[in-house]
Amino acid sequence: MSFVEFFLSAGCDSVAHAFKKSFLAAIWFVFLTFPIMVIRVNTIENTVAWHWERMAYVAISIFFGSFVWRWLLARKELKKDETREESKVESLLTRIQSNTILKLVAVGVILLAALAFPKVFNLYQTNIMISCLVYIVLGLGLNIVVGLAGLLDLGYVAFYAVGAYAYALCNMHWDIGFWYMLPIGAVLGAICGIILGFPVLRLRGDYLAIVTLGFGEIIRLVLENWGEVTMGPSGISGIDRPALFGMKMGVIASTQYMYYIMIGLVIFTIFCVNRLQNSRIGRAWLALREDEIACQAMGIDKMKTKLMAFSLGATWAGMAGVVFAAKTTFINPASFTFWESAIILSVVVIGGMGSIRGVIAGAIILILVPEYLRDFAEFRMLLFGAIMVLVMVFRPQGLISAKRKIYKYEAANTAGGANE
Amino acid sequence: MDYFLELLFGGLTRGSIYALIALGYTMVYGIIELINFAHGEIYMIGAFTGLIVAGLLTMLGFPGASILAIALVCAVIWAAAYGYTIEKVAYKPLRGAPRLSPLISAIGMSIFLQNYVMLSQTSDFLPFPELIPEFDFLKGSGFPMSSPELVIVLSTVAVCIGLTLFIKYTKLGKAMRATAQNRKMALLVGINVDMVISATFVIGSSLAAVGGVLIASHIGQINYFIGFIAGIKAFTAAVLGGIGSIPGAMLGALVLGLTEAFATGYVSSDYEDVFAFCLLVLILIFRPAGIMGKEKIQKV
Repeated sequence: MSFVEFFLSAGCDSVAHAFKKSFLAAIWFVFLTFPIMVIRVNTIENTVAWHWERMAYVAISIFFGSFVWRWLLARKELKKDETREESKVESLLTRIQSNTILKLVAVGVILLAALAFPKVFNLYQTNIMISCLVYIVLGLGLNIVVGLAGLLDLGYVAFYAVGAYAYALCNMHWDIGFWYMLPIGAVLGAICGIILGFPVLRLRGDYLAIVTLGFGEIIRLVLENWGEVTMGPSGISGIDRPALFGMKMGVIASTQYMYYIMIGLVIFTIFCVNRLQNSRIGRAWLALREDEIACQAMGIDKMKTKLMAFSLGATWAGMAGVVFAAKTTFINPASFTFWESAIILSVVVIGGMGSIRGVIAGAIILILVPEYLRDFAEFRMLLFGAIMVLVMVFRPQGLISAKRKIYKYEAANTAGGANE
Repeated sequence: MDYFLELLFGGLTRGSIYALIALGYTMVYGIIELINFAHGEIYMIGAFTGLIVAGLLTMLGFPGASILAIALVCAVIWAAAYGYTIEKVAYKPLRGAPRLSPLISAIGMSIFLQNYVMLSQTSDFLPFPELIPEFDFLKGSGFPMSSPELVIVLSTVAVCIGLTLFIKYTKLGKAMRATAQNRKMALLVGINVDMVISATFVIGSSLAAVGGVLIASHIGQINYFIGFIAGIKAFTAAVLGGIGSIPGAMLGALVLGLTEAFATGYVSSDYEDVFAFCLLVLILIFRPAGIMGKEKIQKV
C-alpha cells in the first residue's frame, strides 16, 4: 500500500469513507465553534459583530487536520503491535551511552556548547537559557517526587516560592548574600516539604494531588495578603544579584555569571538525581511506585521513603527559588500560581517520567518553544496547550521514556554441582 | 440575625453552583479516574454561550423569562458538545496510558480552551445581562433571599434530585454505576462502555453549563478566566464529599459554600480561598476518603 493511500485512508475502510469522515468532522467543529468564534455581542452598546470568515478557517483546518490526526493515530496503533521498539533518538542515545569514547565525546560537546553559549549569543538569549536551566532543575526535582516515587504533587511551586521569598526577605532585611542563601533555601525547602508531607502523605493518589494543589494556593494567597511581611501583590524588588567575591558586576557580566551558576547547579542536580536513582532509597522509590503493599512486605518504611522523596524534591525547588529571585531581582506572588506547577509537571511528563534526559528535553522544549513562538504572540499559549494535548495523545510515555536498569544474570560456569 | 441569614443564603447559592460543577468532576472521576481539569473551562464556555445567546435575543426583543430559558438550553447544548468532543479528542486515545498522561492532556486542554475563548471573544470582563427576573412575592414578604439566589438554589435542588433518580432508575444510569464499579466487567455484560463514558461527559458538561449561566447572570460579569478558580473549588468540593460519590459532591459543595460564606463574613474576606483549602486539608487528614467516600480496602 502506498504511503499516500495509507495516509488518506488511515483508520477507515476506504478513501471515500475517510473523506466522508473528515467532512463530518469539519461540520461538527463548525457547529461547535459557531457561537464562541463567530458571534461577538456587545451587551452595553447592543451591537453584534459576525465573523463568518472564521467558520471557513475552522472547516478547512479541521477537514485537512483530521486526515493527519487519523494517520498519526493509525501509526501509533501500528507501532503498538511491534514489540516495544526504541525510537530512533532513543536508540541513538543508547548507542552513545554504551560506548565510553562516544559518551565522553558527547558529554564534552554538550558541555562546551553550554559553556560557550553566553559568549556566542546575546543577553536576551542567555536570559532565556537561564530560565530554561531553572526549569531543568525544577523538573529534575519534581521528577524525584512524581517520576521516581510516583506521588502526584500539584503544588510544587509552593516550595519554589518559599526559596524565592526566603532569599528576597533575608536580602532585604539583613542583606544576606546569594551564596549563603542557596543552601539555606535548600534546607528551608526540605523542612517545608517535611512539614507539609507529614500529614498529607497518608493520602492516596488524587487526594494527595488536590491537597498539594491546595497547599500551593494557600502559600500563594498568604504571600498575596500578608502585606506587612511579603509586600503583598506588588512584590519585592531590588534583590541583589549574586556577587563574585564581593565584586560588583554590570548587567551583562552578572547575567553570564548567573548562567554559569545555573550550569553548575544543573550538573550538580543531574549528578545527585542520578546517584539517588541508583541508590537503595531510589530503588525503594521505584518499588513503592509500582506496588505499595509488596513494598511494605519487603520491609520498606513507606512513610519514611515517601517523606524522603517529598522533601528531596522540595530541596531543589527551594534552591531554584533562590536562583529565580536572584535572576529576576524582583518577585511577586503572580510568579507562583498553579500554572507554574502545571508547567513544571508538564516538563516532567512530556519529557518522560523518571528519565533525566527526558526531563531535560521536556524543559528545553516547553520553555524555549513558547519563547521563540513570540512572533505568534497571542497564539502562543493556545499552541502551548495544543502541543501538550498532542504530545500526550501520540506519545503518552513522554518524549524520552525512562529505561529501567537491567541486571543481567549470567549463569556461573559451575554446572554439575551437587544440588542439581 | 439578618446578617447571619444573608451569609447563610449567600453560602447556599455558592454551594449550589459548586455542586453543579462538582457533579461533573465526580461523575467523570468515578468512571475513568481522571481529574478532568478542562471541566472548569466547560463551565466558562457555557456561561459565554449563554451570554452570546442572551445578547442576541435581547437585541431581537424577546421577553425576559424566555431569554433565560433559551440561553440555558443553548448553553447546555454547546457545553455538552464541547464535553463530548474533548473526551473524544483528548482522553479517549489515552485509555490505558500511564495515569498521569490524561491529566497532562486535561491541563493542556484547559490552557487551550481558555486561550481559545480569549482570542475569539475578549480578554476583558464582559457584563452579563440580568436574566433571572425579580419576584414580587419575595420583595413583599420580607424574606431575606434575593430572587436570583432562590432560583439558583431551587434549580440546583431540582437538578440534583433529577440526577439522583436518573442514576438510580434509568438504564443508562445503571450502566454508569456498573462501569464505575468495574469497567472490564461492564464490558463483559454487554455495556457499551465508550457510550457510557461519553454520556457521563455530556451530562457533567450540561450541569456545569447550567451553573455557568445562572451564576454569571447573578454576578453580572464573566471573563475567560472564571473557569479556573470555579473548577478548582468545585473539585475541592467533590474531594471533600468523597470523590466518585454523587451525594458526596452535593454535600461537599454545600459545606464548602457555607464555610466560605461564613468565614469571609465573620473573619476576613482576603483569605476566602485559604479557608476553602484549609477545610479541605483538615477534612482529608481526619477522613482521608472524604465525608461520604468509602475507604477502599486494598487487596493483593
